[in-house]
Amino acid sequence: MTTDVIVSRDSSVMPNGSGAAAILSAGIGSLAVAVFAIAADKSSSVKNLFVFYKPTGALSGETSVAVLLWLTVWAILNWQWRSRSISLTRINVIALVLLGLSVLLTFPPLGDLF
Amino acid sequence: MEITTQSFWTLIHGMGFGALYLLAGSGAVALLYGRFSADAPVGAPPQSDRFLGIYLATMAALAWLTVLTGTYIIYPWYRATPPNGTVNLEAFPRALLLSHPATRQWHLIGMEWKEHIAWLVPIAITVAAYVAIKYARDLGNHPQLRIAVHGFVIISLLAAGIAGFFGVMLDKNAPVNGGQTIHLVQEE
Repeated sequence: MTTDVIVSRDSSVMPNGSGAAAILSAGIGSLAVAVFAIAADKSSSVKNLFVFYKPTGALSGETSVAVLLWLTVWAILNWQWRSRSISLTRINVIALVLLGLSVLLTFPPLGDLF
Repeated sequence: MEITTQSFWTLIHGMGFGALYLLAGSGAVALLYGRFSADAPVGAPPQSDRFLGIYLATMAALAWLTVLTGTYIIYPWYRATPPNGTVNLEAFPRALLLSHPATRQWHLIGMEWKEHIAWLVPIAITVAAYVAIKYARDLGNHPQLRIAVHGFVIISLLAAGIAGFFGVMLDKNAPVNGGQTIHLVQEE
């Protein structure tokens, strides 16, 4: 994926790679919140695994792991893309679709379909 | 005039951080439109770019404060399990909602959606703030980055609106209320 979205490495304009990394990672992190919520709802063993802080239950683990995943993906993508200019149209579409999907999948009647 | 500690924290979470975020969100949409629309004045001063970054960073701080207080301070009170045989469920909002067919869905849909969708808000707005600060003046040269910032602000506002709506409705149907009483004004 990294090879076919790169437009150029050098430009007089500030490279957009760091922005692209942040945008795509946010989409992935958001989807992770929804996926982990569905997984914990479907499996009691996954639910138990996500109980990091008992008073809050599985929500503590679902959100902590999703945030950790988001920040890790962001750091890796930023390291890869920071000095490059990326074709942002596709990144934007993917990130905004992932964000939109997360909004829908966190809606319990839709999450329950899985 | 008095308030309990649990009500106080609910107030801080919802009316403080959450409502302020929603107000700031509509301001951010107007700010972005004013700064980057086709009618925007050319050659805006650098302060306006700096202000946009600070504004979105403040929104990000509000979003994190809202979800962290909600998840780790208020939610444990909300989901507390009543001891066996408890008849009065007022101190156990989730159990109270689940005990009546008319209010069950406020928990099963309302709280279940709210507790997860709320976490999309700080993720989206943190990234919008990062892009605004990182690119500042150069954001004018990156139309696609501007589209992403707009999109993230609007989706974060939508998610915060859904979480806020259910927060208010849940608090109307089964308020989190308990703990020590704080006397605000005492009659002589």
